[in-house]
Amino acid sequence: MYHYDEYDRALVFERVAQFRDQVRRFMAGELSEEEFLPLRLQNGLYLQKHAYMLRVAIPYGTLGARQMRTLAQIAREYDRGCGHFTTRQNIQFNWIELAQVPDILQRLAEVEMHAIQTSGNCVRNITTEAFAGVAADELLDPRPLAEILRQWSTINPEFLFLPRKFKIAICSAIEDRAAIMMHDIGLYLYRDGHGQMCLRVMVGGGLGRTPILGLQIREGLPWQHLLSYVEAILRVYNRHGRRDNKYKARIKILVKALGIEAFSREVEEEWQHIKDGPAQLTEDEFQRVAAAFEPPAYDSVIDDDLAYDTHLAQDHAFARWVACCVKAHKVPGYASVVLSTKPGDASPPGDLTDAQMDAVADWSEQFGFGEIRIAHEQNLILPDVRKRDLHALWRLACERGLGTANIGLLTDIIACPGGDFCALANATSIPIAQSIQRRFDDLDYLHDLGELSLNISGCINACGHHHIGNIGILGVDKNGSEWYQVTLGGAQGKHSTLGKVIGPSFSAAEIPQVIEQIIATYCAYREQDEAFVDTVRRVGLEPFKERVYAKRPEELICVM
Amino acid sequence: MRNVIGLRNGEAQLIEHDPWQLLREPGEVLPDGLLILPLATWIARRAQRPLGRDGLWLGPDDDVEPLRPWLAQVPLIAVDFPSFRDGRGYSQAYLLRSRLGWHGELRAVGDVLRDQLSHMRQCGFDSYAVREDKCAQDALLGLAGMSVLYGRSVIEPRPLFRRR
Ligand code: HEM
Ligand code: SF4
Repeated sequence: MYHYDEYDRALVFERVAQFRDQVRRFMAGELSEEEFLPLRLQNGLYLQKHAYMLRVAIPYGTLGARQMRTLAQIAREYDRGCGHFTTRQNIQFNWIELAQVPDILQRLAEVEMHAIQTSGNCVRNITTEAFAGVAADELLDPRPLAEILRQWSTINPEFLFLPRKFKIAICSAIEDRAAIMMHDIGLYLYRDGHGQMCLRVMVGGGLGRTPILGLQIREGLPWQHLLSYVEAILRVYNRHGRRDNKYKARIKILVKALGIEAFSREVEEEWQHIKDGPAQLTEDEFQRVAAAFEPPAYDSVIDDDLAYDTHLAQDHAFARWVACCVKAHKVPGYASVVLSTKPGDASPPGDLTDAQMDAVADWSEQFGFGEIRIAHEQNLILPDVRKRDLHALWRLACERGLGTANIGLLTDIIACPGGDFCALANATSIPIAQSIQRRFDDLDYLHDLGELSLNISGCINACGHHHIGNIGILGVDKNGSEWYQVTLGGAQGKHSTLGKVIGPSFSAAEIPQVIEQIIATYCAYREQDEAFVDTVRRVGLEPFKERVYAKRPEELICVM
Repeated sequence: MRNVIGLRNGEAQLIEHDPWQLLREPGEVLPDGLLILPLATWIARRAQRPLGRDGLWLGPDDDVEPLRPWLAQVPLIAVDFPSFRDGRGYSQAYLLRSRLGWHGELRAVGDVLRDQLSHMRQCGFDSYAVREDKCAQDALLGLAGMSVLYGRSVIEPRPLFRRR
C-alpha cells in the first residue's frame, strides 16, 4: 500500500485545519450558503434530505485494516453505525453533523485518508479495478499511475472550478472492471510491441441524462506523458466546456459538439506546448510510487490444497460460494474473495455496519496482508487469501452476513441511495432492490440463471449506472408519483453497451413481477448456457416487451 | 479600484489608493485617469493616445492570443471572474503567464473571494480586487493557502515529484 510521506501528511492536515476554519466561518455567518457550498463539496460534504452526508475517498479502492477500523469508528461515533460503499470507490456516511465534520476529517487524516474532491466541479477520486495487482488477467499494475494522478489532481489550482465534475478511471487487465468507457477520461494501460508502457486514452464518457461511451483520443501515449496529456485535456475543457447549463457542462457534451477530431486537435495543440516540460514523469518518481505496491511476501505453495478440494466436493453451499465469490489470483495457492454487501432484504446494497467493517478488517489481517479493496459493484474484496483458508473465511463471512453467494448474479444489485436519502431523487431505489431480492431468494435458481447485472438509479443522474445494467431500472416522476422505467441489454466492461428502454414505466409494486417476466422470457429463449445479455442481444427486445406488456397473468415459470 | 490586494516583491499588502478604473462596457466618452478596457476600446484609444498607460480587461469568453501584439505596451491585465465558481480565469492566467510570457501586473477582478485567493496566486495573479462588500483585510488570510502543491503551477512550474 502507498504510505504518506511528510508532504502527503502535511497536505491532509493543513486541509483539515483550513476546512475547520471554513466551517466555523459558515456557522458564524461570515460565509454565505452560496460561498460555502463549493468549499464543503470539495471536502466531500453534501446536504441531503435529512442531514449532511460525508463522502470519503478510497483512492483506487484500496484500504488498510487500520483505515477500515477508523471507518467503523466514524460510523459508530458520528453516524448511525453504518456506512455506504459507492460505485466509485468512496464511502458515504449519511447522518453527519456539520460541526463534527472537521473532527471526522482529522480522524481520517490520522490514518492517511481524506475526503478532498470527492464532490464538486473538479477532478474526483481516481478509480481503478478492485483486483489491481492480483488479478490473473492483469497486464500491468495500474495503481502507481493512479496514485500519481491522485496527487497531481489534488488541489491543482487551475482545475478546481471546472464546468462540471470530472472523473478519471484507469485499468490494465484483459477484462475492464473499472468501467473506463463511462468516465470523463478513461485510461487503459498496456505494453506496446517494444515493451514500453503506454496508455490508450478515452474521453467524454459518462452516464447521467446523456449517456455516452467514451471515444478514443489517443493510442500509444508513453506513460511519461500521462500528466501533461491529462492537463491538456483539462485546459481545453476548462476554457471551452459549457457553463450556461449544468446539464450540458460535462466534457462529453463538448466532445460531442466539436466532434472527436476537432476536440483532439485542440488537445494535441495544447499538449505540444507542454509535453516535454517539467510535467513529464520521471522513472524515479514512477519507481518511488511503484515501490509502495510491491507484491506482499506470498508463501510459495502449490496451487492445490487437499482440504480445500475436500470442502469443495462435500459442501454444496461452499462450492456455490466459491463459484461466484472467489476469483483467480496471479499467485498459485491464493485467491481473491469478494464479500457480498447484498444479503437481500437485510440491508441495502453497499451498506456495512461498524461491526461488519471491524470484522472485515480482522479477516484481512488473519487471512491476508491487512488489505481490503472496494469494488465498483459496491462489494468488498480480500485480495490475498490462501486457498486452504477459504472455507474458514466463508464460515465467518456467513455469520456476519457477508457470505451471500450472489456475486455477478441477479441479486448483486447496484443501487444508488435514491429517495430514502437523496434530495434529487424521483423515486426510491433501495426498496425496489429489496423487493427484487425478496422475489429471487433461491440461490440455486440464481446460479442457474448465471451472470446478470441489475442496476437501479433513483433519477436521471444515473448514480446507480442503470444504463449499463443488463437490466436497468430508473426512477421517474409522473405527476408527482414514483414510476420506474426498465432498460435491457446494457453492459459494462470492454463490450460496454447502453441498455434500451422496453416501454412505458411501471409502479413499484409491479417491478418484481416485471423482472420475473423478463427472466421467464430469457429462460424461454436461452440457448444452453447463454448469458442473459447475449440472449437479449440475439433475440432483441421484442419478445421481452411482448411478455412484459401482455396483460395476462404470467403462468410460465422458468423451468431449468 | 477599491479593496485591492497587491503582491509587491512577494509581500501582500492592501493598496491604499489604487489608480485603476475598470470599464467592462465603456461608453462613447471615456473618463480621465488610468482605465482598464476591453481590447477593442483599448486599441482605438491607443490610436489617439500612443503614450497612454491603460490596462486591458479580459472577459471569461475571451481568448488570450489576440493580446499578444500589445503585451509590451500594457502595464496591467485584469481577468474577470463573473462568479467565483467560474474557473476559466485560472487557465487564462496560466496561458498569459506561461504561454505568452507576460510579466506585468495580473489582476483578478469580479467575484474575488478569500477562499480562492491562494489558487489565484498559484496561477500567476499578483493583484486581487476583492469583491467590494467583503473585507480585504480578512481576504488577505486566504492568500497563503497550503504549504504543499503536488502538481505544478505558474509560480512553481516543477511538480512536487521534481522537488520531493
Ligand atoms: C445522495 C447523494 C448523491 C447526490 C446528490 C448525487 C448526485 C449526482 C449527480 C447530480 C450526478 C450527475 C452528474 C452529471 O451527470 O453531471 C451524479 C452522478 C453520479 N453519481 Fe451520484 N449522487 C449521490 C450519491 C451517489 C452514490 C451513493 C453513488 C454510488 C453508489 C453515486 C455515484 C455516481 C456516479 C457513478 C455518477 C456518474 C454517472 C455518470 O457517469 O454520469 N452517487 N450524482
Ligand atoms: S441517481 Fe439520482 S436519486 Fe440516485 S443518488 Fe444519484 S442523484 Fe440521488
